[in-house]
Amino acid sequence: MTSGRMELVCPAGTPATLRAAVQAGADAVYCGFRDETNARNFPGLNFSGEELAEGVRFAHDHGSKVLVAINTFARVNDVGLWKKAADTAAECGANAIIAADIAVLDHVAKNHKQIRLHLSVQAAAATPEAIRFYADSFGIRRVVLPRVLSVQEIAALNRAIDVETEAFVFGGLCVMIEGRCYLSSYATGKSPNLNGVCSPPEMVSYDDEPNGTAARLSGFTIDRYEPGEPVGYPTLCKGKFKAGGKTSYLFEDPVTLNAGGMIAGLKAAGVTALKIEGRQRGKGYVTEVVRAFRKAVDAVEQGGDAIEIDRILAGQSEGSRQTAGAYSKKWR
Amino acid sequence: MSAIALTLGPVFFHWSPDRLSDFYRRIADEAPIDRVHVGEVVCGKRMPFSDPVWPEIIERLERAGKEVVLSTLAAPATVRERRSIEDLCGDERLVEINDVTALPSRSGKPFVTGPFLNVYNEASARFLIQRGATTICPPVELSLAAVGAMAGACREAEFEIFAFGRLPLALSGRCYHARIHGLHKDSCQFTCEKDPDGLAVDTLDDQQFLAINGVQTLSNQVQAFCPAPADLTSRGVRRIRLSPHTCDMIEVSRTYRALVDEAEDPKAARFILSCLDLPGTLVDGYAHAKPGWQATASI
Repeated sequence: MTSGRMELVCPAGTPATLRAAVQAGADAVYCGFRDETNARNFPGLNFSGEELAEGVRFAHDHGSKVLVAINTFARVNDVGLWKKAADTAAECGANAIIAADIAVLDHVAKNHKQIRLHLSVQAAAATPEAIRFYADSFGIRRVVLPRVLSVQEIAALNRAIDVETEAFVFGGLCVMIEGRCYLSSYATGKSPNLNGVCSPPEMVSYDDEPNGTAARLSGFTIDRYEPGEPVGYPTLCKGKFKAGGKTSYLFEDPVTLNAGGMIAGLKAAGVTALKIEGRQRGKGYVTEVVRAFRKAVDAVEQGGDAIEIDRILAGQSEGSRQTAGAYSKKWR
Repeated sequence: MSAIALTLGPVFFHWSPDRLSDFYRRIADEAPIDRVHVGEVVCGKRMPFSDPVWPEIIERLERAGKEVVLSTLAAPATVRERRSIEDLCGDERLVEINDVTALPSRSGKPFVTGPFLNVYNEASARFLIQRGATTICPPVELSLAAVGAMAGACREAEFEIFAFGRLPLALSGRCYHARIHGLHKDSCQFTCEKDPDGLAVDTLDDQQFLAINGVQTLSNQVQAFCPAPADLTSRGVRRIRLSPHTCDMIEVSRTYRALVDEAEDPKAARFILSCLDLPGTLVDGYAHAKPGWQATASI
């Protein structure tokens, strides 16, 4: 629970985006190491130990915090790699480690008592009992909420727990409960939990065929586009499928999350921090989105009305369709 | 007595009380299975339908000499769902935990961790064993080698591998059966009951791919991992889990019993399974560290 100012937590896939996010007004940035210990394990992304240390110095000099995501599940017989990532994050002076795996949480709780532990969305802790278990066992200070809860449910949850909550407000939207989805490994052999990737690019093909362009993942057709139609990335759960005699975006339309209109509601529900997704995004994007959300959060803190917030965040859609996701109960 | 025990996992689908009663009556009387999981794990909204029949089913199974495990919800949300978990965790029988929500009320008493609980390494397994885990059935995406590595490092618990049935791949806050019928979860009209093995999801090019079951997504293909028993015992994996479908589960359990007793070889076991009325083709990719949909063994 909090009555203070909400914290804006922003993505940093590279040292350059870290600096951009800090300069655009991020209260905290989150990032990961260049390996499978974090859930955005993409080529050309993430930090070495030295880059993190430098990033932490830069962020702290500018009054921002750095949260390090070590939020995949440690591989059997290789837990040392995840522990070492946590040790490095602590040595670099990061403000918090974001983790999901019991093995990682346990290691940090026992060996790095000075660093805050945040429970990753990948842990999918959505009930007071689950959150209290992580708080009692590992002393977590904050839980990143699974994207399945409505604003009303978040309010009830916050009344029942005494750790902070962080809620996603913008960016990519998982429709499945994160940390408990194996769709990607079913199709490709690689998954968020095992490898820190979902629907990996090396398994994607775009095939021009007489009836349009097929976007495939590991040979499975995820969507098809008319000639001239903009082609999307074949993320498995955003695909068009046939079921029950209907062809539809069965799991979710190709939409992104924008809960900008819910910032005031999330504050009233007791949420401490708002998170922007997108560590794979470039400097320009991060600067623009963070700047807009900085203004929106400040406006909410000063009692701004919904029309003013909408005006500030207009233009943050990149032409894509958006949803408020599970925050609105009818999404279910 | 075989070195490998057989477990019948919980029914994932919305079966009517009559279907559940008939199914477990046959399991009690005819299936060569050691341990049977009962209870709803996918959707708490179904519980008022099945709750009344469980006591009789449990009694019947126990009278037949089966060890009964009470399975708990994988994604509890409402106060009622959370209370049901707490109540079940108070039971003297073995309980299957499918969400961390159940851990505080079960710690210190024996439990099974189901495939919905993320146990990916020996350190997590050890942590849970210290709190009471006696059987660990890891997530389905882990290979036999990975499960075996955990089993080798944690000899004090039993490790179980998901061997038969559509693979549980994902859970959501959203109900896809409701969505496909233009409804919302809160007023879903229980359309999932029409698909007792799940509703097939094909790609635009008619490739068989997935299946939906309310808030759950499964594989369209049917896991049919038929290892030589020595491949399991040499790694310390001592249990095989079979997941219920509407096909002849007595025949499925007899086939696996024959496999672990070395009365049938893996190829023969796969052939027998392939002759059954299954909702999808046979696969076993995950067990071999391959994409789950792949079939590494020929029939």
